[in-house]
Amino acid sequence: MRVALFVTCLADAMFPDVGRATVAVLERLGVEVVFPPGQTCCGQMHVNTGYQRQAAKLVRNHVDVFEPYDYVVAPSGSCVGSVRHQHAMVARNAGDAGLADRAQSVATRTYELSEFLIDVLGVEDVGAAYPHRVTYHPTCHSLRMLRVGDKPLRLLRHVRGLDLVELPDADQCCGFGGTFAVKNADTSTAMLADKMRSVLSTRAEAVCAGDSSCLMHIGGGLSRLRTGVRPIHLAEILASTGSAG
Amino acid sequence: MSQTFLGMPHAPAGVGHLHGDRPFPDAARDALANTQLRRNLGHATATIRAKRASVVGELDDWEELRLAGEALKAYTMAHLDRLLPQLEAAVTARGGVVHWARDATEANQIVVDLVRATGTDEVVKVKSMATAEIGLNEALAAAGIAAVETDLAELIVQLGHDEPSHILVPAIHRNRAEIREIFLREMPGVDPELTDEPRRLAMAARAHLRAKFLTTKVAISGANFGIAETGTITVVESEGNGRMCLTLPDTLITVMGIEKVVPTWTDLEVFLQLLPRSSTGERMNPYTSTWTGVTPGDGPQTFHLVLVDNGRTAVLADPAGRSALHCIRCSACLNVCPVYERAGGHAYGSVYPGPIGAVLTPQLTGAATSLPYASSLCGACFDACPVRIDIPSMLVHLRSTQPHPATERAAFEAVAWTMASAGRFRLGERLLRLGRLIARRGRIRRLPPPLSAWTDTRDLPAPPQQTFRDWWSAR
Repeated sequence: MRVALFVTCLADAMFPDVGRATVAVLERLGVEVVFPPGQTCCGQMHVNTGYQRQAAKLVRNHVDVFEPYDYVVAPSGSCVGSVRHQHAMVARNAGDAGLADRAQSVATRTYELSEFLIDVLGVEDVGAAYPHRVTYHPTCHSLRMLRVGDKPLRLLRHVRGLDLVELPDADQCCGFGGTFAVKNADTSTAMLADKMRSVLSTRAEAVCAGDSSCLMHIGGGLSRLRTGVRPIHLAEILASTGSAG
Repeated sequence: MSQTFLGMPHAPAGVGHLHGDRPFPDAARDALANTQLRRNLGHATATIRAKRASVVGELDDWEELRLAGEALKAYTMAHLDRLLPQLEAAVTARGGVVHWARDATEANQIVVDLVRATGTDEVVKVKSMATAEIGLNEALAAAGIAAVETDLAELIVQLGHDEPSHILVPAIHRNRAEIREIFLREMPGVDPELTDEPRRLAMAARAHLRAKFLTTKVAISGANFGIAETGTITVVESEGNGRMCLTLPDTLITVMGIEKVVPTWTDLEVFLQLLPRSSTGERMNPYTSTWTGVTPGDGPQTFHLVLVDNGRTAVLADPAGRSALHCIRCSACLNVCPVYERAGGHAYGSVYPGPIGAVLTPQLTGAATSLPYASSLCGACFDACPVRIDIPSMLVHLRSTQPHPATERAAFEAVAWTMASAGRFRLGERLLRLGRLIARRGRIRRLPPPLSAWTDTRDLPAPPQQTFRDWWSAR
C-alpha cells in the first residue's frame, strides 16, 4: 500500500523527529511512504485567526499536492481536522465550488495516524516497546473534530513496557488554541497551569499526545518550570523499539 | 459582514448590557488575578458539570433529543414570519396585549409606560435574560420605578451592586461568606446574627421577598417559551419565586425575545427535557409555569407581552451565524468552557458570557469585539449544547468578519505568501533556523513582542538542525 505523508508544517520545521517516527511506524508495517515535496501547511492557523481569504491559497496548494493519492496520513489530529472540516468551506467561501469538491474528496482520504493504523490497516500492536511511565493527553481536535475516541490509547496499551497512567481531567483543553495562546496569553497560561498540575500528579516521565502543537505548548510550560517531564508525540512512542529512551 | 445586513436592526450601542467597554484579554487578566473568583468558579462549574453529565447519561435517546431540539429551532427560525403573528393573535384572543419593540430603547419605553399607567413605583421581577439584556432595571430606575429581583442569585447581584456573571447562576462568582456580608449590609431588617449557613441565608432572602410578593401590584417576567399555537407563555425556574410573581400581582408584563417562540404545545416536550438536564443538571425543573392571556378571577387580570427584536433579525440574516438564536439559555456551554472557567463571566462584558455570548454578543450588536477570539476552539461547547449549536464553527466565521490589526494582517499575508509555495516555505524554514542562535541549551526563553506573549510563560524548543524535508531528501 502506498501512502502520502502529510508531515504538517510544524513537524517539518520544528519537530522532524515526529515525521521520521511516522515514516518508521508505517514502513515497519509494510506501507510504502511517499513525501510529496510540494506540501506546505493546511492553513488552519489562518482560518482560525480570521484570514480565510489568505488560507484559500494554502488549501489550493494542499489539494493540488495530495489529490493524486489514495491515502494521506498526518501525525496531527488538528491538521487533519482542518483538512476534513475546513478546507471545503474555505474553498466555497472563496467562491471556488470546483476546489471545494476536490478538497472534500481529498479530505475523505486523509487520516490522522491512529485512525489510519486502526481503521485502515487494522493494526493495534505496531511492535513498539517503550519502557517508561507515560500519561496521554487527548488533544481537543482529535477528540472532538475527528472523534478518534480511544484509538490512541488502544495503540499505547500494546506498547511493550509502557506504564500508561490516566491523566486527570484529560479532556480539558491545554490552552494552546493556536493564536489563542498569544492573543489571550493569560487565560491560555491559566489553562496550561491546570494541565501541568494534572500531568505532574501522575508522576509520569513523559506526556504523550497526537499533536505537536499542543505538545509544544505543554512542553514549553513543563520546560520553563524545569519539571523534567518530557513531551512526546504518539508517533515517537509507536516508532520506538525500546533500546533507547 | 455581508450586504444582507443592510437595513437590519442591530441592538443600539450603549443601551442595555450587551456591550462591554474593555477588550476580553484585559478584563480576563483582572479576573485571573482574583483567586477567590477562580476558586468559586472552578468549584461551581465542576459541580454543575458532574451533575449534568450524570442526568444526561440516564437518557438513551439524548442525541435524538438534541437532534429534535435542533430541528425544531431551525424550523421555528425559518417560519418566524408566520409564527410570531400567530402568537400575537392567540395571546390577543385570550385577553392579553402584545407590543412589538425593535430594540432595547423601544422595549424599555413600552414597559416604563405600562408600569407608569398602573400608578405604582415598585415592581417584582422574575429572573429574565431579556430584561437584563435591554437594561430594563436601569430604565425603570431612571423613571423612578424600583425593580426588585426575586431570584435568589439575581437578588444577591442586585443587593451587591454587582453584575451577573453567569446565565443560570448569576452570582456564581460569590461564595456564601460574601453573600452573608452583602445581606447584612444591604437587606433592610435582616437579623444581625445571620450566619453564612445556606439555609439561614435562604430564609433571610425568603422573609425579605415574601413582603414584596404580597404588596407589589406589578410583576415583570421573561419567557422561556412562547407557544404560537395557543398563545401560552412558559417560565421554568427552581425556587418558586417566579410562580409568586406570575400569580400574585394584578398586572404581569412579559418581555420575550422573538426567538423564544415555539410552534406547538407538544414541542415543549422536547425542550422541557433538554433544558433542565443541560442547565441545572436536574431531570425536571422544580417549577414550570404556563399561562395563556388572562383568566377572570385567577392570577393577573392584565397581561402584556412585549416582543423584542434588539438585533435578532440581523442575526437571522446571516446563514453562518443564525443558529446562535437557537440558544435556550441553559448555560451548559459556560460550564464546560475552559476559558469561562478561568476568566469568569464579567470578562465578557455582556449579560451573555461564555461561548454562546462570544458568538451572540457580536452578532446582536454588529460591533467589532475581541469576543470571538476568547476561545481556544476546543469544541466542548458544541458537545454540551442541547440544541447542537456549532459554536466553534461560528467563532471561526465571526473571526473572519472582524477587522484585523494592520501589523497582524501583514504578518499573516506574508506567512500565507510563504506557505503557498513549497520553495518559499523551504526558504522560510532556513530563516527559522536562525532561531538556533538565540537558543540556550536547546531552548528559547525570550522572544520580542508580540511573541513574548508566548515566552513570558513558556519555552520554545530551538529549531532543529535539519528539517524533515531536508532529512527526507538526504535519505
